[in-house]
Amino acid sequence: MAKTIQEINERIRQGKAVVATAEEIIDLVKQKGTQKAAREVDVVTTGTFGPMCSSGIYFNIGHSRPRIKLGGGRVYLNDVLAYAAFAATDLYLGANALPDDDPRNRSHPGEFNYGGGHVIEDLVAGKDIRLIATAYGTNCYPRRKLETWINLKDLNEAVLFNLRNAYQNYNVAANTSDKTIYTYMGVLKPHLGNINYATAGQLSPLLNDPYYKTIGIGTRIFLGGGTGYVAWHGTQHNPHVPRSENGVPRQGAGTLAVIGDLKQMSPRWLMGTSMLGYGCTLTVGIGVPIPILSEEILNYTTVTDDQIFAPVIDYSDAYPNLKPDILAEVSYAQLRSGKVTVQGKEVPTASLSSYPRAVEIASTLKEWILNGEFQLTEPVAPLPGIESDITFKPLNERPIKD
Amino acid sequence: MAVSKKIVLHFPRRITDRPIVCRLIKDYDLEFNILKASVSPDKEGLMVLELRGKQEDYDKGIIYLTRAGVKIQSLSQDVIRNEERCTHCGACITICPANAFELDPKTRRVTFHNDRCLACGLCLKACPPRAMEVHF
Repeated sequence: MAKTIQEINERIRQGKAVVATAEEIIDLVKQKGTQKAAREVDVVTTGTFGPMCSSGIYFNIGHSRPRIKLGGGRVYLNDVLAYAAFAATDLYLGANALPDDDPRNRSHPGEFNYGGGHVIEDLVAGKDIRLIATAYGTNCYPRRKLETWINLKDLNEAVLFNLRNAYQNYNVAANTSDKTIYTYMGVLKPHLGNINYATAGQLSPLLNDPYYKTIGIGTRIFLGGGTGYVAWHGTQHNPHVPRSENGVPRQGAGTLAVIGDLKQMSPRWLMGTSMLGYGCTLTVGIGVPIPILSEEILNYTTVTDDQIFAPVIDYSDAYPNLKPDILAEVSYAQLRSGKVTVQGKEVPTASLSSYPRAVEIASTLKEWILNGEFQLTEPVAPLPGIESDITFKPLNERPIKD
Repeated sequence: MAVSKKIVLHFPRRITDRPIVCRLIKDYDLEFNILKASVSPDKEGLMVLELRGKQEDYDKGIIYLTRAGVKIQSLSQDVIRNEERCTHCGACITICPANAFELDPKTRRVTFHNDRCLACGLCLKACPPRAMEVHF
């Protein structure tokens, strides 16, 4: 029954494609059986909406008269430090950037009310952003100071380019110490007072394609409310982790680097986010379509929360000290029930990633495909899989003497 | 002049093993009604009190509590949720001491029960998109 992406695109163009979300496909396959469902369904859509720290934008502001060379200078956007180390008018802004005068954690826990992620949200929302730059001046770029408002609509290019997003599974965070800790996994109360988890589980893109059989470089995706592409595997991409029989990794594994036109995106799907005592970040909406090319690929998309397991990690000790210890292994079904049992104690759970918004992304992508607005792309190269020799190494720290 | 006020008391861990609140009756002639309490030895504690008495005694009682290391917050505030910013992730659910946030198992959306809210403010900074706001 093998289908091709070209055949699926032809059905999309004719308005005949059959599309289901990664949630809907579960019951659909139960009713119809794998064979029939694999014949009928063309695409399964996935989604995730959570804080993704390794996110950022690059953009070109255009040349001023006289010209200024921002590269090698210092540039602030709404007081948040941008990265000015490219040519004259290209800048990068990462989600974790902070204003110089942010008190950070001097009074712990710091609040981190406004940083790079919030500038990105404001820019996408069409708000004017205050740019203040100093440069050293050259014969060809004589200007040394620039203070101006900038707006997304006036920028030459504005591109969201995230180095690591859409983690395939993730740690579940707990705290066994005797005081509250403030982490990128949220506020964790002492003595296993609560547990936080982070992925969209059965809706999450890479958990529906555990061996990266369809998602590859060049895959067109829903990104921040617009369309984008998988640019590369994300940093820390690690296919070599323990997996369940269904192929689903039992800890953080694959990741995606993604890219897309910021001008198409919306603040509903790129939200500036503050993690108390930790820092600023960006909550990113991503949805990936999975072409149902075979029964095997369909089977992967029917994964349910009770078949996805994640390790509970102690963020008061094991995580900060890079110890491999885990407290327990739990399923997403258990996590979503509101409580899990760890070390004999019943612990309330909470999610940092929004499941309802993940459903909305998968449903939006489904609508786009059904309306013929979104066609699938053929990956130009696969992501490194279990056959690759890619590894995720810790730092080889070599102290500098003298 | 008699007053009656609702306040939230935060007890740091180091003082939860000491008798503190009972002295409000004995030494300051105040009456209290405990609306909610979660105080255990060696843990941070939280108590919501309705405190009644003469204004003079009330003021002295508050000074006593502050000196004893208790952080005091007024309850005359209203916490509301900015529906535009709430993503229904659920990070607030386990933070709230009053169980004012509840996950709807069907829709997986977070319901905010304003009537259960003590206005302690713990959710304000723990909410990643900062959707919880306090209005005076």
